[in-house]
Amino acid sequence: MPAITFIHPDGKSDRVETAGGESVMQAATRHGLDGILAECGGNAMCATCHVYVDESWLARLPAMADDEDALLDGTAAERRPTSRLSCQITITPDLDGLVLKLPERQV
Amino acid sequence: MTASGAAGSGVPHLDVDPFDMSFFADPYPAHELLREAGPVVYLDKWNVYGVARYAEVHAVLNDPATFCSSRGVGLSDFKKEAPWRPPSLILEADPPAHTRTRAVLSKVLSPTVMKQVRDRFAEAAEARVDALLQMRSFDAIADLAEAYPLSIFPDALGLKPEGREHLIPYASVVFNAFGPPNQLRQQAIERSAPHQAYVAEQCQRENLAPGGFGACIHAQVDEGAITATEAPLLVRSLLSAGLDTTVNGIGAAVYCLARFPDQWQRLRDDLTLARGAFEEAVRFESPVQTFFRTTTREVELSGARIGEGEKVLMFLAAANRDPRRWDAPDRYDITRRTSGHVGFGSGIHMCVGQLVARLEGEVMLTALARRIGRIEITGEPKRRFNNTLRGLDSLPVTITPA
Repeated sequence: MPAITFIHPDGKSDRVETAGGESVMQAATRHGLDGILAECGGNAMCATCHVYVDESWLARLPAMADDEDALLDGTAAERRPTSRLSCQITITPDLDGLVLKLPERQV
Repeated sequence: MTASGAAGSGVPHLDVDPFDMSFFADPYPAHELLREAGPVVYLDKWNVYGVARYAEVHAVLNDPATFCSSRGVGLSDFKKEAPWRPPSLILEADPPAHTRTRAVLSKVLSPTVMKQVRDRFAEAAEARVDALLQMRSFDAIADLAEAYPLSIFPDALGLKPEGREHLIPYASVVFNAFGPPNQLRQQAIERSAPHQAYVAEQCQRENLAPGGFGACIHAQVDEGAITATEAPLLVRSLLSAGLDTTVNGIGAAVYCLARFPDQWQRLRDDLTLARGAFEEAVRFESPVQTFFRTTTREVELSGARIGEGEKVLMFLAAANRDPRRWDAPDRYDITRRTSGHVGFGSGIHMCVGQLVARLEGEVMLTALARRIGRIEITGEPKRRFNNTLRGLDSLPVTITPA
């Protein structure tokens, strides 16, 4: 199963084993990871599952839809070129080893 | 209330009436009965299917092609019966029509817009606490749960000062009307004319102040996103669902925090828990208890076969306390991971105003917890009865300053 590494703002990291077909957000909340809130439960409404994607991975992720793009303008922490909503990233085998940084805050 | 297996279908038939006063007074034993009877049940009283477990409620919410909204999200089937008011363009609509109107309201109530109104909402919450500290003893429903949203939401919408007393009664009609033709629904609709007239008038472009949510909806006409005849009906959605829901949400949170002093203390020790305390109250009390869907085809749901054109009642409140999904579901725990609860629904119809509700809840609970040491319930809370909404009519409390 693909594994994802989350890097917290303090530099500590968590490696999460994922199940196929779920979103990065679902994998994170299922593991009780601090730093992903996901208030809307994955409906692309709240922008509280914000992550910064490691630059080397950015181009390998599925493209961003317009609604995700608009929501990212409303994130609590600053939006960067590497910003994504983790509920919109479905885990596939080729994402094994994905590295994501967590923002300072989600609300 | 009894459960009995009906021969043939495999779906247990129950004689529970989920719109009866005795059910509203204490729904929890009946919720358990509904959950434990089976994944899908049939309610003989109103000839509808019901789902009360988390998995099935979530599944129905997330399959809008099979479980549609355009035939009404109450008991009344719009295919067989004329709706009591022109249908909502968002709540009572399916894709693709729904997709377009939904996008407009999502934009008007987006996270970006919430950032812009946050300071204003927080200041109003502080002002409300100033007033409560003067009173010391008050009704936490009228003077807090209603007074706070009334002090910000109508202004945020851009409504005129006159006539706002119609807002809560109008919402009460809307949510009663989702229920069956019982006394609550019939009486609400009979008395609705003045409230309907007020709302229809306020939805017009010229009656909405520039910069407000209402004006922003009308501005989408100029962008070509919606037509001039659609805009007033979309404003109506905010008038219908934007106030009474947050009143009951904030009321639920205050009622929880007053009943569970250990949770109140945790909040006072860490104000960053305010948003979670509100969210957990929405799970725990589920201010919106139920919604219906209508099947567009014959479907099998967790082994039960449901024909086309059947009403399915989703018990959101029961799903939010389903032990299959939640640890210690009957405990109010402000640090719980609540993501996935269905208090705001789920899927394409998930509450479009959820960010407004959370913002109001967060800033109000933050202001309360920073400045108030104790909340003590000083009299018997009185329940307010509605076919869809769960909340209190009055909650007498006395507060002690921090």
